[in-house]
Amino acid sequence: MQSLTLESATEKAPGALARLLPRLHAKAFTGGLIVLTFVLVGVFGPYLAPHDPNKQQLTAMMKPPQGIGAVHVLGTDNLGRDIFSRVIHGTRVSLLVAFAVVFVSGLIGITLGAVSGYFGGKADFLIQKLVEVIWAFPPLLLGITIMAFLGQGLFNLILALVAQRWIPYCRVVRGQALSLRSRDFVTAAQSLGSTHGKIILRHIIPNLIQTSLVIGTFAMASSIIAEASLSFLGVGVPPHIPTWGTMLADARIYISTAWWLPLFPGACIFITVLGINLLGDALRDILDPRLKRTGSGL
Amino acid sequence: MTGYLLRRLAGTVPVLVLISLLVFLLIHAAPGDPTLMLLGEETNAAEIAKAKARWGLDQPLYVQYWKFLTTVAAGDFGKSFKYAEPVTSVIRSRLPATIELAFFAIVIATVLAIPLGVWAGARPNSWIDNLGTTCGLFGISMPSFWLAIMLILLLAGVLNILPTSGRSTYGIAGPEQTGFYILDSVMQKNWRAVWDALSHLFLPALALGVNMLGILMRVTRSSILEVMNEDYVRTARAKGLREKKVVWRHVSSNALIPVITVVGLELGTLLSGSIIVETVFAWPGGGSLLITALNARDYPLVTGLVLTYTTAFVGINLIIDGLYAVVDPRIRY
Repeated sequence: MQSLTLESATEKAPGALARLLPRLHAKAFTGGLIVLTFVLVGVFGPYLAPHDPNKQQLTAMMKPPQGIGAVHVLGTDNLGRDIFSRVIHGTRVSLLVAFAVVFVSGLIGITLGAVSGYFGGKADFLIQKLVEVIWAFPPLLLGITIMAFLGQGLFNLILALVAQRWIPYCRVVRGQALSLRSRDFVTAAQSLGSTHGKIILRHIIPNLIQTSLVIGTFAMASSIIAEASLSFLGVGVPPHIPTWGTMLADARIYISTAWWLPLFPGACIFITVLGINLLGDALRDILDPRLKRTGSGL
Repeated sequence: MTGYLLRRLAGTVPVLVLISLLVFLLIHAAPGDPTLMLLGEETNAAEIAKAKARWGLDQPLYVQYWKFLTTVAAGDFGKSFKYAEPVTSVIRSRLPATIELAFFAIVIATVLAIPLGVWAGARPNSWIDNLGTTCGLFGISMPSFWLAIMLILLLAGVLNILPTSGRSTYGIAGPEQTGFYILDSVMQKNWRAVWDALSHLFLPALALGVNMLGILMRVTRSSILEVMNEDYVRTARAKGLREKKVVWRHVSSNALIPVITVVGLELGTLLSGSIIVETVFAWPGGGSLLITALNARDYPLVTGLVLTYTTAFVGINLIIDGLYAVVDPRIRY
């Protein structure tokens, strides 16, 4: 199957590549620009926000968006809090949580996957059983259950999101480690007396970076949505921290009266995730076209 | 084939037991005390002790788990704290709503995604491909609950053409038989109720189906792209078949096999999505029940729901595996 795809890819290379490149650049560029903008907003959030995101102003409740240059650019919510400032602070929290989740799940997934594939045997059996059990939960359901019972909070939230997100890394990395361990350079390292740990660290993991990068991009997108979903359900970030999800949760009862309350935080989620997916698509096309079959990248 | 499926079926038993253990431990790691939650903070110690004894909460953890496992294995999840009814009957009364919703979400997703994906894949880089790819990308990036809110805002709030909560208008539907409103109404030839149920169903099903739509479209497209280069497609073209026939007969029938797996894989996402979409649309299914049960710390009900959803998910994956072998005779286990 793999060799077949590769052959057909080389066959049509000149035309296809010429067609692919401009599209790839457009994707990477648009995606990159969106992500960069939100990351910058997240980093410099406190300096950009015109108001304190939690400051209630009962004289200015439920003000519709007033446009650029006005006091409340995107209007105010039911407690008179400035939507624009809250969206900016929300960016910071949402992205931080997502980065943390991707980093920790990558660390766990790559390590367990490499160990599982490289050693095989009992370690492999145990790790794969764990994967099977956790993967048997519908996504989000495990997160909801963990959050509901451990309580709201940033640490628990990251834990709840990591709980399933390390698995795609683990699966893909295990498969690749399985094939890598019988490659000549690994045998060579073994016969030269390298320890297993050293081989995994020096020879196996560097070969897995590209694939993991692609998986990580899509995990980032799904983490943002999952964090927002949990916060929306009231089992994510504590309500006093502004995030896109908590803003949507607050907005729920005012849907019919104040359209701007749900519009802006939701649009931020959508555009950010869109940007990340675009970037992920481009990365995957460049780094690892084999992942293409799964559609979602996971 | 049968042997393989039986082996898989047997393999799910330890997985389900481990899941039940995980859920059980999580519940008991929770900080809040359910007895206090249910009886109120003002209760005296004797009453608390009595309630704990009644629910078996005074027993050691492993005794509670063993008791729990043996009763669950017999199909009994115990009594709901909140509804004071057996958990199984509470869940059974809510599940048809979730199944109905999920079914129509899948219908909407496949009916739109597969033709679009086939079209896009058969004509790469055309306007239809660009449209399809954009739809796919938007579909996978859309948070379903935000779409749900926006749909309510637009279609129900501004245009006021569709209902935005519940499953039916009070008084229109006849007596419940199966619990599936559309099926019930069709059987009773109550066409006004069929229409009413469909109009309630449309927005939630659309919101729930949109992620699957995006993923299916992308998978269909890339699968078609791959098959278009196969020898038998060239042969079909060389025979002088019209392009339309080549695409729909020769390419699609082969390219749609991976699509079935993706439908199966995405059912899990759909189930989780239904939890949140049901909450937004006040849809009286298992998902909104779960949120209610969580807020009330109704342990037996939460456990029952989580295990029901997980078992359903495991079962679906098993069926998909079997289906896969039926559709693609090249697969042998």
